[in-house]
Amino acid sequence: MMRIAILGFGSVGRGIARAILAKNLDITVTGLADSKSGIIDAGGIDLAAALARKENGGACGNAGVSPADVVAKADYDVLVEVTPTNVEDGEPALGHIRAALRRRKHVVTSNKGPIALAYPELRALAEESGVFLKYEATVCGAIPLIHAMQEGLAGNTISRLYGVFNGTCNYILTRMAAEGLTYDQALAEARELGYAEADPTYDVEGIDAAIKLVILANTVLDMRTVLDDVERTGISLLTPDALQLAEDQDCTIRLIGEIVPEAGVLRVSPRIIEKDHPLVVEGTLNAVTVGTDLAGDLTFIGKGAGSTETASAVIGDLLYIQSRHVQGS
Amino acid sequence: MKLEMKDQPGQLVAALKPISAVGGNIIAVIHQREATTPVEGLDVQIVLELPEGRLDSLLELLREQGVSVVRIGEERLLYECTLIMIGHLMHTDISDTVDRIDRTGSAEVTELSLVMPAINSPSSARITIRSTTRTEMKKAIRILREVAREKELLIIEPLEGA
Ligand SMILES: NC(=O)c1ccc[n+]([C@@H]2O[C@H](COP(=O)([O-])OP(=O)(O)OC[C@H]3O[C@@H](n4cnc5c(N)ncnc54)[C@H](OP(=O)(O)O)[C@@H]3O)[C@@H](O)[C@H]2O)c1
Repeated sequence: MMRIAILGFGSVGRGIARAILAKNLDITVTGLADSKSGIIDAGGIDLAAALARKENGGACGNAGVSPADVVAKADYDVLVEVTPTNVEDGEPALGHIRAALRRRKHVVTSNKGPIALAYPELRALAEESGVFLKYEATVCGAIPLIHAMQEGLAGNTISRLYGVFNGTCNYILTRMAAEGLTYDQALAEARELGYAEADPTYDVEGIDAAIKLVILANTVLDMRTVLDDVERTGISLLTPDALQLAEDQDCTIRLIGEIVPEAGVLRVSPRIIEKDHPLVVEGTLNAVTVGTDLAGDLTFIGKGAGSTETASAVIGDLLYIQSRHVQGS
Repeated sequence: MKLEMKDQPGQLVAALKPISAVGGNIIAVIHQREATTPVEGLDVQIVLELPEGRLDSLLELLREQGVSVVRIGEERLLYECTLIMIGHLMHTDISDTVDRIDRTGSAEVTELSLVMPAINSPSSARITIRSTTRTEMKKAIRILREVAREKELLIIEPLEGA
């Protein structure tokens, strides 16, 4: 049995809890925290009760228990870090991840901040401690892109990696193209459906996609890059006319993130793309093409976000660790 | 591409043979009397298609034949790239934008569709550039990017290069 502590009990954290409840995954949660409370229970936390408390607008645990307490004191094999992304300094997640790694605990996270900002350091720390640091959910939600590149495509040289990394932008562009909506109209619709945040800057200016490129570049493509290295243009200035001009030529416009390792290209920008191109996916889907020397081109399409979908990636990482490391207890 | 030479006796015939020798295909032979041309001769233009990379050997053969080529217009615009521009295209002098590319001599704007927007809102245009080589296309796109930065335009490039 694998014991985990979960930091963050929002969309992703609760998705993980629901999957653990619904499926026989042989995972017990011994620590849990949200922004205001925490629980530590070596015998296993009652997840159904915690979910109910949260869904009734309460806290998941006790006000006296902090996330730092959970990290430092709970009895777990793997820390699951699923709190909000902070791209400035990665905190407080970064500190929690460091603390867990120092305790020789594996870490699985969906949080882009610490991985984009401090991967080399965290990886070295994990190696020193002889534990895993996994982060599949940080890029493209449910799509097992990192796993595919690290395991299935091991031995290939990646010549180019490009695709749709942000579901919010893809939704907005899909709607602008299909209905002739203005950017503002499509954004309003995306907000109403919960696809866009109140402040959409992070998504629509391509920052989210750029962070994902940095993560891929640094963790699977042997590059050393930071967010500022990514040439970045968002979608907020796009006009319905521009989409129509593309449409006139059987094309459309999508926000594409692109890495060309050899040329050092890291770029997020709206691009003209043929409508029948495999990367032209609808709604909030993500799609990524990996160009390799041995395997040729591979295109992955799937849900880039969502509670259950992102939980899927976290659970995949957990079970990967379980199958390789965690001894039965 | 276009070769221009003086129409002196024998030159045209001497020019035609090497073209077929290097696998070129003559599309048109145009005699052109330019106002500025001095009386002694007509200008002759040969418009031809040439397989990639044969230009140097053609010029070598022509030289051997004693044909003097006045000007080579590489009008074989093999590469095409369509982009979309968004911004205050009119206020930032769209003809200058086009000019900056045309001025390279090796790439030119062959099509421009402009959608006129409501007053004061940004306009959108689709611009097609053709060029003689891939390198020239890259250069043209680089120029367009520079112009865009200067004029605060948004340039949307195709996913697949030229
Ligand atoms: N949602 C997705 O589809 C998706 C997909 C891929 C990656 N991600 C990433 O996964 C992470 C979680 O996303 P989410 O959608 O689940 O976010 P969310 O719904 O906003 O939930 C965040 C959770 O973290 C808690 N939290 C906030 N600050 C904390 C702190 N300092 N210490 C401990 N807990 C704290 C919040 O507490 P309260 O409940 O008290 O507010 C909440 O429970 C983010 O980094 C996100 O970028 C999300």
